[in-house]
Amino acid sequence: MDHLVEVDNLTFKRADRIIYDGISLKVPKGKITAVMGPSGIGKTTLLRLIGGQLTPDKGDVRFGGNSIVSMSRKSLYETRRRMSMLFQSGALFTDMSVFDNVAFPLREHTKLSEDVIATIVALKLQAVGLRGAAQLMPSELSGGMARRAALARAIALDPDLIMYDEPFAGQDPISMGVLVKLIRELNDALNLTSIVVTHDVTEVLTIADYIYILADKRVIGEGTAQQIRESDSELVQQFLKGKADGPVPFHYPAPDLKASFLGADK
Amino acid sequence: MKFFQSIGAKTIGKVTAVGRAALMLFGALIAVPRVKNIPLIIKQLYVVGVQSLLIIMVSGLFIGMVMALQGYTILVDYGAEGSLGPMVALSLLRELGPVVTALLFAGRAGSALTAEIGLMKATEQLSSLEMMAVDPLRRIVAPRFWAGMLAMPMLAIIFSAVGILGGHLVGVDWLGVDAGSYWSIMQSTVDWNQDVVNGVIKSLVFALVVTWIAIFKGYDSIPTSEGISKATTETVVYSSLAVLGLDFVLTALMFGIE
Repeated sequence: MDHLVEVDNLTFKRADRIIYDGISLKVPKGKITAVMGPSGIGKTTLLRLIGGQLTPDKGDVRFGGNSIVSMSRKSLYETRRRMSMLFQSGALFTDMSVFDNVAFPLREHTKLSEDVIATIVALKLQAVGLRGAAQLMPSELSGGMARRAALARAIALDPDLIMYDEPFAGQDPISMGVLVKLIRELNDALNLTSIVVTHDVTEVLTIADYIYILADKRVIGEGTAQQIRESDSELVQQFLKGKADGPVPFHYPAPDLKASFLGADK
Repeated sequence: MKFFQSIGAKTIGKVTAVGRAALMLFGALIAVPRVKNIPLIIKQLYVVGVQSLLIIMVSGLFIGMVMALQGYTILVDYGAEGSLGPMVALSLLRELGPVVTALLFAGRAGSALTAEIGLMKATEQLSSLEMMAVDPLRRIVAPRFWAGMLAMPMLAIIFSAVGILGGHLVGVDWLGVDAGSYWSIMQSTVDWNQDVVNGVIKSLVFALVVTWIAIFKGYDSIPTSEGISKATTETVVYSSLAVLGLDFVLTALMFGIE
């Protein structure tokens, strides 16, 4: 199978804390790959590493066969035109209307006339169902609409890769359903490759073609939705079923309660 | 031992921050100004320049008025109230214009720049620019920097001009100093190069320092509400101290050695 993104034996540290310890994963072209894991293990960091905003301490990240890590600044910016990222907050520019937000990458990177840009923007907004909201300001949008508007902006330049950072976090069931449908449809219609970083298990199992589960600085499980469900790893099962205690402990490491109350630690 | 360790860590932290600031400035300046970016500079010029006009003019007016009042009560004892014009004009052009403008600019525009850029960072707008292959240094930092550099000297000139008029209002219209001597002695005393140009050079240096600190503090802020509030405070404190310190150095260089 052809892989668009390859993460190879990557180690990343933040100050003295190890975030990733030699993880490897491959993102097949034209598919939706999900990266799941508990909060706070640096899933967003992984996307930033792929986008070249952070540099790994060891290992390599390749996009279309070219190493992002050893790329010059210029070719990194060239490469970034072929990828886009949907941020958790949407990250719309608050001083521009929805229309101008979607037109922004087109105006920055192409020499298209305003007429053509208006047409493209209308089509992209139609795809996410927000053509009627073109003249609204980001502050007038609901959370779900803001994310869809940001999605329209992310696909404005017809990228090869789109990375979703927690697209379902804090969405009501309807917006969640809309986003799930959009991610699947856009991926297939525009022949995109998608990486979805999330911890919403049920949504992801329905749309992802391939799933990686990260925990404890490494990949603890991978496979199709079916394979993941049938995994015999305790950690994977705890994550899927949302059990409060298991390999990931309920308690943050602390001395024994009884002992510390009785002053044993003094 | 801990004490020395923390001093060392703090020093290293400060020195690397200066390095990051220099790199950021370099990144912003090396970016070849593109025709496309001119509207961005004009927009920022409006924000940091035009919107600061009111506070600059009101402050200039009152400072000019106070100077005339104070100057008159002293000069009149020696019968030298005719020298009120040059006294007001020289103090404003050499010192108060550039310095007070820079202090007000740090409070009015500098803090806003820091908060704006810090919030852009917190809401991932800067990251999303990077991911859209648009360099935030070029798109966000550079226009704000150039707007600050252009706006501050103009504001300082306006400040001094309004201050001189304020001095005229109090000195001539209210206290009865002769209008002819107010203007004519001012004209014969104030030197173009020595006073006006030096004042503009001062405010250019202040513009560089204040805008640079403001932009860097925003760009380098910790993207939380606490981090941004700290960065905004630091912008005002550091800019003010830098302006006052540099003012002494510049004054010594310009007027100290004859």
